[in-house]
Formats: sequence, C-alpha cells, structure tokens
Amino acid sequence: MNLLELKNVTVTYGSNTVLRNVSLDLASGDWLMIVGPNGAGKSTLISAISGVAPYTGEILLSGTDRNIMKARDIARCTGTLTQSHSVGYSFSVRELVGLGRYPYRKGIIGGKGEDDERMVDEAIRDVGLADLADRSLLTLSGGELQRAFIAQLFAQDPGVLMLDEPTNNLDLVYQKEIFDLLKEWVSQKDRAILSVVHDLGLAKAYGNKALLLDRGTSAAYGGMDEVFSDEMISSTYGLDIREWMRKLYSHWTV
Amino acid sequence: MKPRNREKKSIKRTGLPQWEYLAFIAAVFLTFIICVSIGTVRLPWTDVLHYLQDLIFGTQHEYAVSSAPQIMTVRVPRVICVALSGMSLAMCGCAMQGLLKNPLAEGSTLGVSSGAALGAIIAIAFDITVPVFTLAGPTVMAMLFAFGSIMLILFLAYKLDYSLSTNTIVLLGVIYSMFISSIIMFITTFSSEKIRSITFWTMGSLQGSTYTEALMLLSMLVITGTVILSKAEELNAFAIGEDNARSIGIDVRKTRLTILIAVSALIGTCVSIGGSIGFVGLVVPHMTRMIVGPNHKRLLPATLFSGAVFLMLMDLISRTILRPRELPIGAVTSLIGAVLFVFIFAGTRRNDR
Repeated sequence: MNLLELKNVTVTYGSNTVLRNVSLDLASGDWLMIVGPNGAGKSTLISAISGVAPYTGEILLSGTDRNIMKARDIARCTGTLTQSHSVGYSFSVRELVGLGRYPYRKGIIGGKGEDDERMVDEAIRDVGLADLADRSLLTLSGGELQRAFIAQLFAQDPGVLMLDEPTNNLDLVYQKEIFDLLKEWVSQKDRAILSVVHDLGLAKAYGNKALLLDRGTSAAYGGMDEVFSDEMISSTYGLDIREWMRKLYSHWTV
Repeated sequence: MKPRNREKKSIKRTGLPQWEYLAFIAAVFLTFIICVSIGTVRLPWTDVLHYLQDLIFGTQHEYAVSSAPQIMTVRVPRVICVALSGMSLAMCGCAMQGLLKNPLAEGSTLGVSSGAALGAIIAIAFDITVPVFTLAGPTVMAMLFAFGSIMLILFLAYKLDYSLSTNTIVLLGVIYSMFISSIIMFITTFSSEKIRSITFWTMGSLQGSTYTEALMLLSMLVITGTVILSKAEELNAFAIGEDNARSIGIDVRKTRLTILIAVSALIGTCVSIGGSIGFVGLVVPHMTRMIVGPNHKRLLPATLFSGAVFLMLMDLISRTILRPRELPIGAVTSLIGAVLFVFIFAGTRRNDR
C-alpha cells in the first residue's frame, strides 16, 4: 500500500489556479524530489498535503482519505518541516522535540507513554544534539535549530516526511549532514520522504523519484533519469541546465 | 550562520515542583494578609487572621481594633476579587501570548478589554437587560463583546495577512482599541446622567466588590482555567509556531477557537466586575516567564499565583498612595506596568538576542 497518494489534486486561490491536476504516489523507501522554477507550485503542493491550502481531488494517507482523518492520525502519517523557523520563546531542545510525541498522547490530560522519553532521547542523539538537549532554542545556530526541528520529526515518526527546502540557508557541511541523516532515516521500513529542493545536484544525488512542476502543472513525473532529461529540465527552466552545470563545476576539475 | 553567544546554564523543566507551589501559595496568602490589614484604617495582622478564622470556622475572637469586623466585611471581598481578577487577567494574557506567539498580546493590547467595556457601557447606557438575570446585562454584553472583538481582529488580520503575523494582530488591536475608545466617548456624551458608572468601566476599579462577584469570578475562573490549563501542551506548540502545531497533529482551528472562547469569557467576566484593567496580562506573564521559563505546563499555574500577588499589590497602592482618595486601579496598573514593561522588554532583548 502506498504511504501517500495524490489523485488530480488542484489548488485554487480565488480565481488563480496554483496547482492543477497533480498526481503522485510514494511507497516505502521512496524519496521524491519536487523540482521546478520559482512559483511553480512546489510549496503549495506541500501546503495542500499538510492541510494549509484547500484543495480539490484526493489525498490518501496510507490508503485513507485525508479529509476524514483526525489531526492526530494525520500527524502519524505525515510531518512537515517548514522553510524557516523564527523561535520567540526560550524553549529547550528537549521540549521542542518532546512535542513530536503529541499525536501519541492518550486521554484528555495526555499522559506520556513509556516510549515517549526513549524516542525523544534517540531522536536528539540521532541528529547529534545530545550535548545541547537542555539548551534554549534561542541560543542555537541556524544549523542546530534546523536539526532540532528534524529531531522533532524523528520523534513524531510519521510515515512520510515533507520537507520544504530543508537546507535553505545552511552551509555545505550542514547540507551534507542533513541529507545523509535523512537518507539513513528513509532507508528503514515504511518510511518515505517528499522534499522540495532547489539544488538539482542534491536532488539527483539523494532522490529516487522526481516531480517536475511547471506553472502549477506536472511537467514530468517518474524515476530520476526520466524527469531529469536534458530537454525536459532545460525547457522548463528556460536555461540549458547541463551546460550551466558543466560550466559551474568545470572550475573544480583539476 | 555563526552560533550566538550561548547561555552557560542548561534548562531543565518538567512540571512546577511542589516546593514552588508551596512558595507561590505562601506568597499569595502573605500578600492577602498585608493587603487586608493596610488601608484608611490600619489593622493589626492578628485581627485579619482572627477575622478569617471567625469567617471560616465560626469562632468568636476579641479584636484589637474594635471596628475591625466592619472594616473587613468591606475589605476582604474586595481583596479576594482583586486576587481573582489578577489570576484571570494574567492567565488570559499568558494564553494569548502563547497562542499568537506574540509577547505583546494581551486583553488590553488586542482590544478585548476595551471591547468588553464597550459592551458593558452599551448595556448601561441603553438599559439592556437579560431576561431572568436582570443584573447580568452588562456582564453578558461584556462577554459577548470581548469575544466579538477578538474574532473581528483575527478575521481582519487573516484578510490582510494570511500568515497572521504578530505585528498585524498587535497593530490591528491598537487601532481597534482607539476606535472603541472614541465610540465610548461618543456614548458618554449622549448619556451624561450615567457618566459616573461609565467612567468606572473605562478606568477600572474593584471598590465595593462583593462576595457574590467573587463567587462569579471564581466559578468562571475554574471553568475557563481548566480548559486553558488542559491546553498547555497545545499552547507550547503554538508558541513555537502554528505550522509546527499543525505538523505534530494539533487541530489548529478547533484549539484556537476553544482557547479564544475561554479567554474572552474570562476577560469579559473580569471587565464586567472590575472594569478594564490594563497591563496585568502583559507584565505578569513576562515576569513569570523569566522565573519558570516558557513551558506552559509550568508557566500557566505560576502565572495564576503571580497575577494574584501583582494585582493585590497594585490595588493596595491605588487605595493608599493618595489616602483617603482612591485612584482607579486601571490607572495604577497602566502607570506601573508600562514602566516595568520597558525594563523587562529591554532586559529580555539583551539576554536572548
């Protein structure tokens, strides 16, 4: 069964259709890269799945229609990492990550299960923040903060992670670290990732499927090589991508 | 990005430890005794204790000041009402600051208090009453207007700015407050015979509060307080960000509506009893956050206690500083609150950034 399935999803704001008839599916182990120029509807697609943008069509989470699911059940199927984080109050890393266990709370008072503590500790350790677990979020660097939010997602342990430019504003070392971390995560059973990535090099290196969006419609969808064909990519971006990449990296060849 | 200069000290928080509860309760009780004993006529604290014993256990004590019981039948319900208002306003401010992820959110900055005051004033000026509960007209109108105000501001904020940014809400709240003030002035000019009771609603005063009012406040505080306290974890998530709250499986719309209804009902009740008292919901959560941290599981209960202490002291100042004249408590809280807030705000800026 697919962890996530979209059938003809359309998002309209007023008279403006931002996303038109997009379909896709994610099975266990998939890492789908959503690429396309600015304004193609990449973030809107994530907004629709996470419930921010109203949509028509069908979104199925582990086979169930999203519209009839409870918020907590949705959170067990998908978790979203947003583009930017502005933290206002000095919560500790552990408090932030602990919130990831919210969908598993039982009863009105929400007693903690035995797994909760262990999952939180593991998640914090996995992202390498064990030493900073009791630090205030306000004192973390950009990369550490991003890893803290990823730890929250790991503690939440949803079937599908949705990441909107997860390494935006991060330097190359953090980029590699976070993508390696996610690759390790998705390799385990019943997990998949859907991510918006601007850097086509990164997309190609880590993903196994891709969706190319062009002005709200699905220009190409499928395996990496199909979608990343020269004609497809270059015509969508209006730039000879291969030529540009070659030029960029030519400075690096010895 | 370069790591900012780090605090040395780690943060460890689970719930409010028992000794902290005891300390807070002791502080509230002590302040209560002090506030009852000081006034136009000064009473020894032993008389206050004796009176409370007589009141609760039905004993008969001799008093050092012979008129003590008569004085205290007026003073005790007033101080109880002040303490309960302080608790309520502080908790409402705390909840709104978490919910809107905005340290400046509060009943008076968001226009909820002035909205509630307008409701009460309309009820007085046009003699609007509620069937069965004839005296409840201003109270019910205050609650309705409190809720209406918060909904209107959030609706406008959504229309102007989909992300519901904190600045938009605060700006709209300020504009709304000014707008309401002008409407209140308008009504005041047309119903000059009721001007005294109208002034009471805009300035705030708990003079002459009764046990009935105390009971009304208490029951509303118990009901809405339970709701708000049960949403402590949701408030933590909102304080981190609405997107984050949604991602971890919180029903964002439902939770927000629940908290806003609880907050406006409680603020409405407070305003209907004591008029609009500003700055309590702003200053108290800030100071408390500095002591116990931002986690609402600790912060909300702590705010209840510190709110009670804060407002009791403000009330004490309002009725003693220009003895025998009494200042409206709202004027004192705004005066002291504004100055305190500047210092607190400057302090947090320095520490956090």
